[in-house]
Amino acid sequence: MKTFDYIRPSTIPDAIAAAGAGATYLAAGTNLLDLMKGGVTRPDRLIDITRIPGLDQIERQSDGGLRIGALVRNADLAHDRDILRSYPAIAEALLSGASAQLRNAATVGGNLMQRTRCPYFYDVASACNRREPGSGCDALHGENRLHAIIGWSEACIATHPSDFCVPLVAFDAVAEIEGRKGRRDIPLEDLHRLPGNAPERETALEPGDLIVALRLPGQAAAFSKHQRYLKVRERTSYAFAVVSAAAALDNAGGKIRQARLALGGVAAKPWRSRAAEEILAGASPSEAVFRRAAEAALAEAKPSGDNAFKIELARRVLLRALTMAAAGTPERLPALPASPFSSVAGARHDA
Amino acid sequence: MNFSISLTVNGEKRNVELDDPRVTLLDLLRERLDLTGTKKGCDRGQCGACTVLVNGKRINSCLALALSHDGAEVLTIEGVAHGDELHPVQAGFIAFDGFQCGFCTAGQIMSAIGLINEGHAGDDPERIREAMSGNLCRCGAYLGITEAVLDAQKKLTAAGRRDAA
Repeated sequence: MKTFDYIRPSTIPDAIAAAGAGATYLAAGTNLLDLMKGGVTRPDRLIDITRIPGLDQIERQSDGGLRIGALVRNADLAHDRDILRSYPAIAEALLSGASAQLRNAATVGGNLMQRTRCPYFYDVASACNRREPGSGCDALHGENRLHAIIGWSEACIATHPSDFCVPLVAFDAVAEIEGRKGRRDIPLEDLHRLPGNAPERETALEPGDLIVALRLPGQAAAFSKHQRYLKVRERTSYAFAVVSAAAALDNAGGKIRQARLALGGVAAKPWRSRAAEEILAGASPSEAVFRRAAEAALAEAKPSGDNAFKIELARRVLLRALTMAAAGTPERLPALPASPFSSVAGARHDA
Repeated sequence: MNFSISLTVNGEKRNVELDDPRVTLLDLLRERLDLTGTKKGCDRGQCGACTVLVNGKRINSCLALALSHDGAEVLTIEGVAHGDELHPVQAGFIAFDGFQCGFCTAGQIMSAIGLINEGHAGDDPERIREAMSGNLCRCGAYLGITEAVLDAQKKLTAAGRRDAA
């Protein structure tokens, strides 16, 4: 690991003032230290933000929504009463990610800022446009069965690894940013960028920007009775998604009033499908309409390599997630959160 | 640049001078404080061998910068027994064959203590297996590990009830 300056500011303005070229914010470091050990990231200065007061609170907002400080730990958020009551799919997504040890350390802001898990990005001997612009993409003709099927480019076929961010985009979460020009909001859907010709520009953040909080709108609580997160992994626990989906329905009188759908593991950003949501809005919940929604969500998908299977897998994961959401949010999260191996009444195990 | 940090490790206040900001909490414990019970497996947060409790919560000490933990309270495997009396989780690992080679064991035990403190798994073996998934055991002693955790949890819960009575 390359050495670095270490500073520990106690206010947000001090942190931003210290964030010059070559500087990186450090929260828990569960992703950053791993990247630094591998030489993938080589910051000159670490700005440890963990001692800035006030960033570790979860506050209820006047609209019934929640404001979650950037330093709230994943485990604390997943077991928060308001989250479990109003946004249970977020708790399920958080608990399906990483391990208990990592969830105790990892923060909300860090989760939003985590980097792709593309093995070529991690291997400094490989060409990677995201790590080193202009060097090429060894994933494109390499081992790429887990890579992107939506929104990829010849420059980069990496996926965004977060589980947490998938229900967040479905629920119109907003990131609060403090920067050199003051405070502003970025909808989570716009925070992560598709690669295009500049995969090294991963987010909409400007130099010096610090995520200070995440807001969940109160109106998203309308989906609390019918929402699930489903994640297919190559092992049952402690693995990134091959494909995942957040599905949420606002049902009344035998009809779907509105629906929210997002996919994980398919693109360089958590992928919301408004076309699928429109098909569901106003319809009666049925396998046929869920199937049409799943078809619509994957309409633009194309394999970036040896991963055509992920397109059909994503359709089935969506269909299954919608079926589980329609059956109702379980009273208690299943023993294996988000796993297709959970036995939940109403969910088909052969979808 | 020199940094001075102070930690409480297994109940004892320790002041450490660091000449390098790169030291992880794991390396600080093993190389600076000679607490080698905590093991370095992958050093990348994938195996759980380095699990310790920081302020009562289990974390991977290999992915924790020592400097960030200035002022923290750390519990390692060296601090869980009371003299010659083993912690119920340690005793459970022996009684139920929760290990073979033993390399992952310190991390498994610290993770199990953290899991029991968290109190979310109850006596459901499936929830315990899921909550222990951050600790790999290449010998495959998982069956014994799950039984050891269930047994220790039962004993600690009973002891807690006696204390409350």
